Amino acid sequence: MSLRKRLLNAPQIWLQRHAQVALASLGQLTRNHLSSLMTCSVIGIALALPVGLHVMLGNLQSISGTWDSGASISLFLKQQIRDDQATSLAEKLRLHQRIEDVELITREKALAEFQALSGYADALEALDSNPLPALLIIQPKADFTTAETAQLLVRELKLLPEAEIVQLDLQWVRRLQAITVIAQRAVVVLAALLGMAVLLIIGNTIRLEIQNRRTEIEITKLIGATNAFIRRPFLYTGFWYGLFGGIIAWLLVAISITLLSGPIAQLANLYQSAFDLSSLGISTVLTLLLGSALLGLIGSWLAVGRHLNAIEPS
Amino acid sequence: MPCLKTTHKVNIPLIHFDNVSKRYPGGHTGLSNVSLRIEAEEMVFLTGHSGAGKSTLLKLIGLLERSSAGQVHVNDRNLTRLKNRQIPYHRRDVGMIFQDHRLLHDRTVFDNVALPLIVSGLGHKETGRRVRAALDKVGLLHKEKSPPITLSGGEQQRVGIARAVVSKPPLVLADEPTGNLDPALSQEIMELFSQFNQVGVTLLIASHDIDLIKRMQKRVLTLSKGQLTGDTIGKSIHVP
Repeated sequence: MSLRKRLLNAPQIWLQRHAQVALASLGQLTRNHLSSLMTCSVIGIALALPVGLHVMLGNLQSISGTWDSGASISLFLKQQIRDDQATSLAEKLRLHQRIEDVELITREKALAEFQALSGYADALEALDSNPLPALLIIQPKADFTTAETAQLLVRELKLLPEAEIVQLDLQWVRRLQAITVIAQRAVVVLAALLGMAVLLIIGNTIRLEIQNRRTEIEITKLIGATNAFIRRPFLYTGFWYGLFGGIIAWLLVAISITLLSGPIAQLANLYQSAFDLSSLGISTVLTLLLGSALLGLIGSWLAVGRHLNAIEPS
Repeated sequence: MPCLKTTHKVNIPLIHFDNVSKRYPGGHTGLSNVSLRIEAEEMVFLTGHSGAGKSTLLKLIGLLERSSAGQVHVNDRNLTRLKNRQIPYHRRDVGMIFQDHRLLHDRTVFDNVALPLIVSGLGHKETGRRVRAALDKVGLLHKEKSPPITLSGGEQQRVGIARAVVSKPPLVLADEPTGNLDPALSQEIMELFSQFNQVGVTLLIASHDIDLIKRMQKRVLTLSKGQLTGDTIGKSIHVP
């Protein structure tokens, strides 16, 4: 073959070889499918933990986020206030300059909802009078939703003769958000630690692989293989371990979310909100797969660098 | 068909040892002060008792070991100065054959023979063509899809030979290639070597089978306790 033709063919041959090695190392993994599956599962479980927590936190944030913007004030009226009095109070408050909207939950409606959702329907029927007070859910105007301004409104509302309890549902939302930020940090730390664990798992697996194939490495070196050539299949093996580990992590998280979404929808229903547990977004999945494949590559690179040079033919 | 990859000028030997010594860590001496020249297209036997330094000499040529003193030149390369990362490219020009064949038992005969070509990055089609030619030469084309373990000792050795010559190296080294074979099979292997030599391959064959060597009527180097004690042709070998 002429030099010119060889040079022209070189990139094509290079690609061909890489594809071949990638497929061959994949084939090797499927031949030892049980041990490969176990290694990938360990990686998958290690990765599923931070990813799962990340998704949960994402959900928590989206909930608390909607709560924050809609920081509302609950005004529970005294027991003796009748529904028609409550209605007129609601009308009055709607005209208030700092109030955007008022939702009235009459005693009747509160009882009906409580019966439908709590499961204490029978117990409630045994009572001869409605124990629930009427409730006004007050939505402050946009300018008055900050903690201080909302607090002013609360103080004003507390002075109403009809008011029993006035609650601003903001403080705990703030606390929850602070906790979420801490939890997020914790997830990053956890992800870093487990990422390191994955590196070690893959490194160790590749080290064993290198030992198992010691003869093959020696013979290939005898025949004139460069270190890069010998390294390649191990790097691909690490890559596949990482990628399949990532896929398993994805599946584990997706299954967990599916299992949780039912009960969570029910819980959200109890809080009268239609909350859908959001699953893994496409960008999260891509990051997971890319990251895990990269971890696999780095893990095997470290192992190969340490152990391959030690093997020389004799 | 193997042929010369590089044309050598007549006055430059293919292998040149200049006062070469090899001491192993621990004090054992493999070779001491060996000087020799092997011209291109020669077929040379290397003999001597076990431990006389035959394997050491071959290992120095294939750079499996490095010399402790002296200069080793092979294929116009000064091996003493060759950097570690250049070793693979040197080995591609030296076909090596071993007593224990050193085949990969999880691959077919074809894949074993193809290995040197794959290592040097030859294209798929060309690889297939050359592997079949080499297997045809050693008479094992019909076994290309078999795993080596199903082959007899003589057949496995011939696979090893096909692997050593498939990339058409100018030099082939063989360390006790007939060590495990009966006389008839050994003779067959030697005839194969002669054929390669006739098309220009330089061969250096270590063997302690004196009778076989005598029959071949070629140059014989004798090693004894790490020193070169004889350089003769054919029948007049004397192993002290």
